[in-house]
Amino acid sequence: MSVAKPLPHDAAGLHVTGAARYTDDIPTPTGTLHLAFGTSTRAAGKLKAMNLEKVKSAPGVIAVLTAADLAYDCDVSPSAHDEPLLAQDSVHYAGQPLFLVIAKSHLAARFAATRGSAEIEKAPPLLSIEDALAANSRFEDGPRIYQKGDAQSALGKAENTLTGCITMGGQEHFYLEGQAALVLPQEGGDMVVHSSTQHPTEIQHKVAHAIGEPMHAVRVETRRMGGGFGGKESQGNALAVACAVAAALTGKPCKMRYDRDADMIITGKRHDFRIDYTAGFDSTGRITGLDVTHYTRCGWSQDLSLPVADRAMLHSDNAYQLDNIRITSHRLRTNMASATAFRGFGGPQGMLGIERIMDHIAAYLGLDPLVVRRVNFYADRIEDAPAVPETTQPLPDVAQDSTTRGAQQSQNANIPEMPSDIQTTPYHQPVTDCIINALTDRLASDAAYQTRRDAIAKWNADNPILKRGIALTPVKFGISFTLTHLNQAGALVHVYQDGSIQLNHGGTEMGQGLFQKVAQVAADRFGVPLDAVKITATDTAKVPNTSATAASSGTDLNGMAVRAACDTIRERITEHLSERYQTQDITFADGLVTIGSDTITFAQAAAAAYEARISLSATGFYKTPDIEWDRIAGKGRPFFYFAYGAACTEVVIDTLTGENRILRTDILHDAGASLNPAIDIGQIEGGFVQGAGWLTTEELVWDNDGVLKTHAPSTYKIPACSDRPDIFNVTLWDQPNPAQTIYRSKAVGEPPFMLGISAFAALSDAVAACGPAYGDLQAPATPEAVLAAVERTRG
Amino acid sequence: MFYVASNAIVLMWHSYRDWLTGMDVTFALNGSPVTLHDVSPTTTLLDWLREERGLTGTKEGCNEGDCGACTVMITDENSSRSLNGCILFLPQVNGKQITTVEGLSAPDGSLHPAQQAMIDHHGSQCGFCTPGFVVSMATSHLNGATDHDTELAGNLCRCTGYAPIIRAAKDTARQPVPAHLLSLAKNTATPQVPKVVDLQSGTVQPTTKNELADWYADHPDATLIAGATDVGLWVTKQHRTLGPVAFLNRCTDLRGITETATDFRIGAMTTLTEVEQILAPHFPSLGAMLRRYGSLQVRNAATLGGNIANGSPIGDSPPALIALGATLHLRRGDKRRSLPLEEFFIAYGKQDRAPGEFVEAITVPKQVDTLRCYKLSKRFDQDISAVCGCLSITREDDTIKTARLAFGGMAGTPKRAGKTEAALIGQPFNEATMRDAMKAMMEDFQPLTDVRASAAYRMQAAQNMLLRYLHDAQGTATDLLAVMP
Repeated sequence: MSVAKPLPHDAAGLHVTGAARYTDDIPTPTGTLHLAFGTSTRAAGKLKAMNLEKVKSAPGVIAVLTAADLAYDCDVSPSAHDEPLLAQDSVHYAGQPLFLVIAKSHLAARFAATRGSAEIEKAPPLLSIEDALAANSRFEDGPRIYQKGDAQSALGKAENTLTGCITMGGQEHFYLEGQAALVLPQEGGDMVVHSSTQHPTEIQHKVAHAIGEPMHAVRVETRRMGGGFGGKESQGNALAVACAVAAALTGKPCKMRYDRDADMIITGKRHDFRIDYTAGFDSTGRITGLDVTHYTRCGWSQDLSLPVADRAMLHSDNAYQLDNIRITSHRLRTNMASATAFRGFGGPQGMLGIERIMDHIAAYLGLDPLVVRRVNFYADRIEDAPAVPETTQPLPDVAQDSTTRGAQQSQNANIPEMPSDIQTTPYHQPVTDCIINALTDRLASDAAYQTRRDAIAKWNADNPILKRGIALTPVKFGISFTLTHLNQAGALVHVYQDGSIQLNHGGTEMGQGLFQKVAQVAADRFGVPLDAVKITATDTAKVPNTSATAASSGTDLNGMAVRAACDTIRERITEHLSERYQTQDITFADGLVTIGSDTITFAQAAAAAYEARISLSATGFYKTPDIEWDRIAGKGRPFFYFAYGAACTEVVIDTLTGENRILRTDILHDAGASLNPAIDIGQIEGGFVQGAGWLTTEELVWDNDGVLKTHAPSTYKIPACSDRPDIFNVTLWDQPNPAQTIYRSKAVGEPPFMLGISAFAALSDAVAACGPAYGDLQAPATPEAVLAAVERTRG
Repeated sequence: MFYVASNAIVLMWHSYRDWLTGMDVTFALNGSPVTLHDVSPTTTLLDWLREERGLTGTKEGCNEGDCGACTVMITDENSSRSLNGCILFLPQVNGKQITTVEGLSAPDGSLHPAQQAMIDHHGSQCGFCTPGFVVSMATSHLNGATDHDTELAGNLCRCTGYAPIIRAAKDTARQPVPAHLLSLAKNTATPQVPKVVDLQSGTVQPTTKNELADWYADHPDATLIAGATDVGLWVTKQHRTLGPVAFLNRCTDLRGITETATDFRIGAMTTLTEVEQILAPHFPSLGAMLRRYGSLQVRNAATLGGNIANGSPIGDSPPALIALGATLHLRRGDKRRSLPLEEFFIAYGKQDRAPGEFVEAITVPKQVDTLRCYKLSKRFDQDISAVCGCLSITREDDTIKTARLAFGGMAGTPKRAGKTEAALIGQPFNEATMRDAMKAMMEDFQPLTDVRASAAYRMQAAQNMLLRYLHDAQGTATDLLAVMP
C-alpha cells in the first residue's frame, strides 16, 4: 500500500540539491529575448501620450509595443474580458502595464522599462470603500444578498443586540518564485508555453486568443511552481500572453519574469474587507438573529472577485448554526491592482467576520468566548447527504472561457427544498458531516484549554505590562468549486512494457504535494512501488480542458481521475491474465501480480498484455456528484462536503508598544483518511502560519494617490522563522470522510489557513485583559493596531 | 635577483592586462578555480551564477537581500559565512571560496546532512526557498551554531510555517560536518588574487586604508562599497550606474576591534556580526538588538562604518552608539578628525563628511552597562525599525545622574532626545519623572507617518519606552521573549 504513508514530497531530493527546475531555470535557446512591462505611476486618468524614445534607444532593446501595436485583442482577464494586456485609452491603477519592452536580456528590458514616461490626464482615483460607494462603483448591479429565516424580525425580538465593524487587510501572496513565462515559437505559428501557473488551460486559452489561433495551436507545460497560493490562478496570463505576442512578432523564444517589486505592484492580492454586523443573542450567547454586510475592494477589473465575494458570504456562518441571517455583499470597483484568488478565496474573510462576532458577544456578556462558540455550533451528525439531481444547462457561449472561476454561472439550478428537520447553512445546504463539537472537545482537552485559561487570568493579574491571551477557534470550510461545472478532472496514464508507469493529470504542483499524493494513488491501484510511477509535468496536450488547481480540489479531483485511468488499464490486464490462466483470482500487490497459484512481476504482466495487443494507455475522468448551486438565489448545495479543524493559540502582548508573540498553538485538523499524513501536516503548519501572518505582521499600505508603498520584503513582512509558535502541535483528526472521496481523504490546501484566526482571537483576548471596555482589535494586528486596541479598553 | 626580476615582469604583465581588458576576478567555485576577465564590477554573484554559469540552484526571490533564496556560503581566512548572492558584487568575492547548493553534496554524491534532514523532515514544499535554507543550514552547521531562529532569520519560506525546517536544522546539528566542507577553511582561497583596477569604469579594490585614503582624496565623487547591503540595491532596484567605485572589502586594516583599557575601537569595515560578537558580552541589550539587525546574511556583509556613513535615519546601530557616547573617526588623505557620533548626522541625507573623507573607525567608551535598546518593528526579526530607542540612564542612590537617550525613526537623523534627557537628570527615578520626561519628548521629536508606523504611534511608543526602562529596572516583566509558553 502506498497510500496513507508519510512519504516525502516527490521532488524533495531535487529541491535540496538545487536541481528542481522552475520556469526561470529552464535553459533557453540562444537568441531568447526578454520582456518587461513599463507601468503607470498614476492610479487613474486618461492616457494622452507616451514618450518611449528613451526606451527604444536603451541598450539591448529590440522593440517596444503599446496597445496599438497588438495584432489581436490581447485580453488577459479570467472573467469579464476587461483586462487589456496594455492600457488602451485610460489607466485604472498605479502599476498597470502601459508598454512592453522586448530586449536582449532581462536586465536590459527592466532598465529600458524605467525610461518611459506617460502623459496621463489626472483623474481622482477611487480608493476607499467610501469613495467607491459614493460613486456607486461596483461589479454587478447592486449588492448580492443571501438570507435564511428573518433576520430583521429576529433582531427586533432579541434579548441583546450589538453592532460592530471589523476591517481586515488584504494579503500579498509572496510566493517565493515570482511570476514567469517562457514561450518557444514552433512551426506554423504554434506556441509552446512554459508557465508558472495554477491554470495551464487558462494560459492556453488566453495565448490562443492573443495570437489569433485555436487552442490546439498552443501547448502549455507546467512542471512546478515555487508557490502559488491562488496568486498564479489568473495573474500569470499577462506574462504568457506578452511572451506569445512577442514571439509571434520576432520569431524568437521570449521570456518574462517579474522582478519582486514589479510582481507586487502589478499583480492582485487577497481582497481586503470591511464587515459590519448587528447581532441579536440571548444571555447564553446563542445568536438569534444576524445581519452582516461585507464591503470588499475588488480593484480595477473583475478578475475572480465575484466568486471570492460569494465564498466570503458562504463562510459567514463558519461552524455556527444561524437560523435568521441576512448577508449583504458589496463588490466595489476601485483604482487598485485587481484583487484575486488567495488561499481560502474569501472564506477567511467571511469566517473572521463571524469569529469576531463571537468574541464581541463574549466580551459583552462577560463569558469565555469558547463558551459562546460552543453554544452556537452546528450539531455533530454524520448522515447521508440528500442526492441532488443534475440540471441540464443551456448551451454556453463559446466565446467565453468556461474553464475559469470567473466564468458566468447559469442561474437555473434545480434545488430541491430541504426538510425542515435538517440543519442547514445560511445558503440552505444540509450539514450532514459535522464533527466540530467532538473535535473541539478533544482539542480543548489535549491543549488543556481551561487550565491554561485560568492560569493566564492569574498571570495577567500579576503582570502590569505584559498580558497573555488564549483562544480556541473552529474551522468549517466548504469543499468544491462553487462554479459547479469546474468540478471535473482528467488523467492520462501509460503503462510501458517494462512495467514502468507514466502519470499525467490536469493538476499542477505548487508545493502542496499533489503530485506525490496522486502518484501514491496510481502506485496503489497497480500494486507497484512508488518508484515505478513517473510523475510528469502538467501539459495541456496530454489532458485538455483542465480546471485550475485551486479550491483545495487538486487531490479530490485528479486523484479520482487517475484512479479511473489506472483501473481501466488494470482491468484490461486482469481480463487478459484471467483468460490466459483461466482464473478470476488475480491481485496486484508489492510489484507482483498473483494469478491463482502463479505469481509474476507487474512488468511481466505488462509485457504479456502488450504482446497480446492490449492497450496499456488510458484516460480517466471524474466529476464530483451531488452538487448544484444557484449563486444568485444563494441556494443549493455548492459543496460536496466540509473540512473541519480547530486551533488553540496562546499569545503575549506588550501593553506599552503593542508588540506581541505567539507562544503556543495546538491544532486538531480533519483531513479525512489522509493519503499522506506528512504532506497534510505540512499543509496545516504552513497554512496556520500564513493565516496568522495575514492577521498580524502582513500590512499592505497605499499612499493617498493609490500607489502601493509595500512592494518588497523590506516593507511587507511575511512571517519569519521566529514568528512560528514556540510550541506547535499538529494532530490529524483522521476519521474517514463520509463523502465518497479518493480513499475517503479530505481536501487540505485551504482549510488550515483559517486556523490562523485563533492567533487574532488570542490577541483580542490578551487585549481584553487590559481594561473594561471592548478593545475592538482590527486586522492586521500590527503592534500599532494592538496598542490602539489596548488604549480603547481603558476607555 | 632573478626572483625580483620575474616578479616585476609579472607585475608589469598584470597592469598591462588590467589596462587592456578591464577587471579580473578570481575565486574558487565549489572547489574549482575560476578566473573571470573583463567583468563588470557591478555584476552580482547571483546573476553570474545563474546567467553565465548555468548554476540555477541559487534562486532570485527578491533581489534585495531580504528573502535568502540566493544564500551562498563564502569562505576566506576569517570564516565561512552565509551571504545573499543577489547583492554581492563579483569583486567582493575576489580571492574567496564560494559554495553554492550544488557544492554541498560530498564528492561521492552523498547528500549533506542538512539536505538529507530537509527531506526526512519534510522541510521543502514548493522547494524554491530550499536551496537558500540548505546553504544557511550547512554554514551554521559548519560553524557549530545552533540558535536556529537566529541562523535562519534571513531565509523566508511561504509554504511550511518553518516548523519542519527547524526540525531538520536540529537533526542536522547532531550529524558530523562532512569532510569536504571541513577542509574548506584550510584551502585558503586562490593563491593569486588579482588586483582589481579597471581604468575604464574607475573601479579599484585597495588593500590598505592608506591606499584607499590616497585614492579617495583624488576621487571624491566615487562610491565606496563596504558590504553592499545598501549600494547593492542602487544597482539591482534603481538601475543606477555608479561611476568610479572602490570596493573596501580587502582593506584588512579597516577591519577588526581593538580593546584598550578605556574603550573599544572598531574599524569601519568590521561587520555587524563581528561587532555583535565582541560587544554583546559587555552590553547584552545591544547584543540582543544587533541579533535582530537585518539577518545573519546581512550582518555578515554589512559593516558598522557603512551603517553610519550612509546616514540613514533608521539604521539601528547609530542610536545605540550615540547612547553609549561613541566617537567617530574620519579621515581624508592624511588628515584625521574625530567627533561625537551624534554630531555627524546633520539633517536627513546630510552628514558632516567632506568630499573624499571616509569613516575610519568608531570608538565606544567602556562603562558600567545601563544601556537598553528597544527595537520596534512589525516583524520581530529582519525588519527595519519603526522606532529604535536606545536609553542609558545612570543613577546615584535613586536620583538620575546622567541620561543619554537616542532614537532612530523619530526624526530625519538618528537623534538624541535632549529635552527628555534634561527632564530626567537630577530627578528621582520613578514613574512621575518618566511621565514628565514623556511630555518633554514631544518637544524633541515630530516623527512622520510612513509604511512602518504612524507619527502618533511612533511618539507614543517612544514615550512608553521610558516606562519600559523604569519597569525593567524595577524588576517588572517587560520582555516578551522571556515569557515561556
